Amino acid sequence: MHKYIIKRLLYSLIIFFFVMLIIYVLLRCLPTSYLETVARQMSQRPGSKTYQEWLAQLEAQYGMDKGYLLGYLEWLKNFFTGNHGDSWFYTVPVIEKFHDTVWLSFVMGLIVLIFEIIIAIPLGIVAATKQYSFTDYTVTVVALAGISLPTFFFASLLKLVFSVKLGWFDLFGLVGRNYEQLSAWGQFLDKAHHLVLPIVTLVVLSIGSLMRYTRTNMLEVMNADYIRTARAKGLDEHTVIYKHAFRNTLIPLVTILGGSLPGLFSGALITETLYAIPGIGYTAYHAMVGGDIPFSMFYLAFIAILTLLGNLIADLLYAAVDPRVRLA
Amino acid sequence: MAKKSDGYLSARESRRISKENRKITNAYEKQRKRKNVPESEYLTQMRDPNNAVEFDDLHTYFFTDNGVVHSVDGVTFEVPIGKTVGVVGESGCGKSVTSLSLMQLLQRPQGQIVQGAIRLNLGGKAYDVTKTPNEVMKDLRGNYVSMIFQEPMTALNPVFRIGEQLNEVIELHDKENKTEAQVKARTIELLKLVGIANSEGVYKMYPHELSGGMRQRVVIAMALACNPKIIIADEPTTALDVTIQAQILDLLRQLKSKLNSSIMFITHDLGVIAEMADYVVVMYAGRIVEKGTAEDIFLHPAHPYTIGLMASKPVVGKQVDELYSIPGKVPNPVNMPDYCYFRDRCEMCVEQCCGDYPHEISLSDTHKVSCYRYDGKGGTTNG
Repeated sequence: MHKYIIKRLLYSLIIFFFVMLIIYVLLRCLPTSYLETVARQMSQRPGSKTYQEWLAQLEAQYGMDKGYLLGYLEWLKNFFTGNHGDSWFYTVPVIEKFHDTVWLSFVMGLIVLIFEIIIAIPLGIVAATKQYSFTDYTVTVVALAGISLPTFFFASLLKLVFSVKLGWFDLFGLVGRNYEQLSAWGQFLDKAHHLVLPIVTLVVLSIGSLMRYTRTNMLEVMNADYIRTARAKGLDEHTVIYKHAFRNTLIPLVTILGGSLPGLFSGALITETLYAIPGIGYTAYHAMVGGDIPFSMFYLAFIAILTLLGNLIADLLYAAVDPRVRLA
Repeated sequence: MAKKSDGYLSARESRRISKENRKITNAYEKQRKRKNVPESEYLTQMRDPNNAVEFDDLHTYFFTDNGVVHSVDGVTFEVPIGKTVGVVGESGCGKSVTSLSLMQLLQRPQGQIVQGAIRLNLGGKAYDVTKTPNEVMKDLRGNYVSMIFQEPMTALNPVFRIGEQLNEVIELHDKENKTEAQVKARTIELLKLVGIANSEGVYKMYPHELSGGMRQRVVIAMALACNPKIIIADEPTTALDVTIQAQILDLLRQLKSKLNSSIMFITHDLGVIAEMADYVVVMYAGRIVEKGTAEDIFLHPAHPYTIGLMASKPVVGKQVDELYSIPGKVPNPVNMPDYCYFRDRCEMCVEQCCGDYPHEISLSDTHKVSCYRYDGKGGTTNG
């Protein structure tokens, strides 16, 4: 087991190296270059050096005058020694900006994930056990609507109804107008109040696929021979479904949920942008558009690590819930 | 509306059928899901107190989107206490459905018992399974009636340990009388009983760690856990090789004499039946064509189908180029003819065969056959 984990971690390291190499090269090739923009601005000042001279000076200053491979190796060295540098776009240390924004997204992601699980899985089970009933069709239609609605459309719809017509929530932003005057508890409530609509948007749009997945797996398991054996033992329907069938449905579900670990931290770009929530998705998007290589590299490296860890965790969980799976 | 012979249904017709089916099956389901049903509704009297089970004109239908399949269409036979009744017939003739009807384990909601009675003798009380609600039925299952399934590879839940799965049955039906340690002791005892040497080890294993024969033994142990009065063995040896098959059959025979249970043995292997059964029931297309003692059936087969079956089994010491097979195929279960179901494949037809389905004719006290060839010849009709 330990051997397996160590082996997997070593593999992950190799994968990480190549993933980040590709990302580094892509970022260097981006048509929006922060350095070019700055050089252009500087060269237009009266009595300044030419654009070419500025660009050469800035590239040397920011370490971008090296080739892709050398530049990447230097980035890698800095990354592993904990030297993440300053964000070009936000002009603060990368870690500081990341730390400021990621927790908001994480809290949002976590709440969404919890709601997703406690809504989608029971609904999927109910829909499966009452296949082709009115309940099944209703749940399926709602879930499909959730999958099919585009985020921007559904978010706009929610805003129209709850912000514009009913006036229950602010249209966007994380804090209200009089945030500064509120007590600590009041500030917390204010933030929570502003997060309601984004969270509702994300939950409604995400339950569909998990629910469909649960339903399909549950249906498959319910037709298995061992379920008939369980009934033949004289177990009541509740035990048959929630003990014998559900334990087997859990096996594929765990893989999906293990894969959602990076999703917790990556933020929700579209939703955060629509509601102007300064989360990590929103921040990373603007950093990338601004050609901010240090911030984008750090953000993407973080996501890459979480994805690799998520896969490892999913495999370990898989072995935990399915005795037939042995890790070697 | 007459159905087209090729079985093709238009979408509209299929929808209409499934809507009608839904209405019918919902009514049955509702009936069965009721709570606190008075006992008088499902308690009954056995016709003969020496019988463990009496199937009386059982009709089990499947309401599918292609139409109603008459899987079991008027089956009457009984399983005497302490005896083994073999049920034979080809695949799809309703053997398994008959046994699943007894267990109330039909594929719901499509499969429903629509007519007839299954009387279950539990010593003091006799239950009519067809009228017993789910609530009561679950206490009978695994406790008084248990079933050995035909797929040992998939019949055990892959995520629970063997011990856990066996304990569950014992705890479920005998919780008050046993402590946890006693339950475990009973499980180990059961595993030993079915001939598993390393019972302590197997107790902690998962199904995938056992071979097919071992799993089948576990399934048998599970069926025997509460000393049931009736054991249904649904092709318990089909998935196993011949040596294991012989061991399992030996085991079942020993256990039967030890527990004095009745066994309903379902198979399409005539050799196995000859070895195991006291009585034999031959089924064809959802109906019983012939029944009698093992001797009646094997030494004096009367129905052309039984005769065909006997002819198609290989005989040791006899050299043949090709084994005999009954010509033709089983009629479409959705659209059964109204004459003898076997007529189109039968080589011994007589004039009356063009008429209605033949009624049951007694050849002797034990030997009954449904065939016009014996009409008025020594037998008395009692159809």
